[in-house]
Amino acid sequence: MIDVEIVWDNLPLYLRGTWTTLWLTFTALAFGLVLAVPLAVARTSRNPLINGPVFLYTYFFRGTPLLVQLFMIYYGAGQFAWIRNSALWPLLSQAWFCALLAFTLNTAAYTAEILRGAIAATPKGEIEAARALGMSRALIFRRILLPSAFRRALPAYGNEIIFMLHGSAVASTVTIVDLTAAARIVNARYYSPYEAFLTAAAFYMALTFAITGLIRLLERRWHAHLRPHLS
Amino acid sequence: MSGEAAPALEVEDIHKSFGATEVLKGVSLCARKGDVIALLGASGSGKSTLLRCINLLEIPDAGRIRITGEEIRLVPKRGRLVPADRRQVERARTRLGMVFQQFNLWSHMTVLENVIEAPIHVLGLSRREAIERGLALLDKVGIADKRDQFPAQLSGGQQQRAAIARALAMEPAVLLFDEPTSALDPELVGEVLKVMRDLAREGRTMVVVTHEIGFAAEVASEVVFLHEGRIEERGPAAEVLAGPRSQRLRRFLAGHSARARGLAALDAASTG
Repeated sequence: MIDVEIVWDNLPLYLRGTWTTLWLTFTALAFGLVLAVPLAVARTSRNPLINGPVFLYTYFFRGTPLLVQLFMIYYGAGQFAWIRNSALWPLLSQAWFCALLAFTLNTAAYTAEILRGAIAATPKGEIEAARALGMSRALIFRRILLPSAFRRALPAYGNEIIFMLHGSAVASTVTIVDLTAAARIVNARYYSPYEAFLTAAAFYMALTFAITGLIRLLERRWHAHLRPHLS
Repeated sequence: MSGEAAPALEVEDIHKSFGATEVLKGVSLCARKGDVIALLGASGSGKSTLLRCINLLEIPDAGRIRITGEEIRLVPKRGRLVPADRRQVERARTRLGMVFQQFNLWSHMTVLENVIEAPIHVLGLSRREAIERGLALLDKVGIADKRDQFPAQLSGGQQQRAAIARALAMEPAVLLFDEPTSALDPELVGEVLKVMRDLAREGRTMVVVTHEIGFAAEVASEVVFLHEGRIEERGPAAEVLAGPRSQRLRRFLAGHSARARGLAALDAASTG
């Protein structure tokens, strides 16, 4: 049966791994979200010179595995002298930065598409009302389109957070000791894959439930305008 | 400035096509301060398009628009007209309050937030001033108690009254109504018409696209009847509605009074 002692003895390792996983995931999500807003706005442009490059970017990052993207950055960057000689090399030569960069670019692509869809789903009449009141295009984006799109995007974005959390396991392949790497270390040390990975799975599950709970709270707050009137 | 004599709204010889369909074939209107113009016409006659051309939600293919004496500069570009200065259009729109058939309230904002949004962010009012003005207007249209509710929680009539308050909060020179009661359940039409009637009595300048002939007869100073993109008949409301000269307007009015009496069968027979 399960050897609880192995799990217990290595709890500090798992906790450090969990911290790394959370740190990587949520830093990437934060940067990704900040990037995704202008990208989504650019995607709604009718000008192909603005919309086209962003489309290609999202197409590439959504069309290829996260692991391949990470390897291209981690192993690929060092192949070019001009990158090795650039000011970015001290960062690009480090695994944590490569993982953060790959995750950020990946989640930015997905989030941009989620937001683009949410912006496109804005009722036409609400935009017309804003125009009819003399609002400029920038103001309409800032005050009407984006706030209403964020609310509509929340359920899909909640999924993106979960995907990112689970996807972050690929960081363990480039020497980063995240939650998955912690399990691999325990497995290698004790030859007990069941204890090692089941523990990691339990941690991932607890995190997932905590996140979905938070999203549900946020939805209750942000979707008040969709709830039928009770009083 | 252009002086007090300038009409609140002047449109001259407006033409507008959608693809091969010419929806407006040269329509002119003039509303002096305090005028209430009722735009009547069958669906497809171009009355809504005319209203949307006035505040440039649609750009006319030809024609002139002057709002409180200021002409909107339209210049040709790639075979069609475009505004010469988008800022000028935005400024002009703040002087034209538009009320839509489908209300078009912002669904993620409360009623009060809807009303104070443009005064704060377009006119630059302080939040305190805007709230003061907004609450007075919500009180005026009779939904002060709904100020913290979201549009989806209100009835159609309440939503439309909130939309009227939102338009009024800009203190516009002219109010444009695009079939404001057409999306409402019959029992809710009255409360919106009452608000509009009060606005007309206050001396507001209004252009109203409507199917409510009774309302037009009661409050309009001028009735304009559109048919296939042209003005078929126009004149003082009492005169035009009591003694229509054109055959088409007579048929249109007969159809509407029949509908008002609930004689749907007669209506079908006279139009079909």
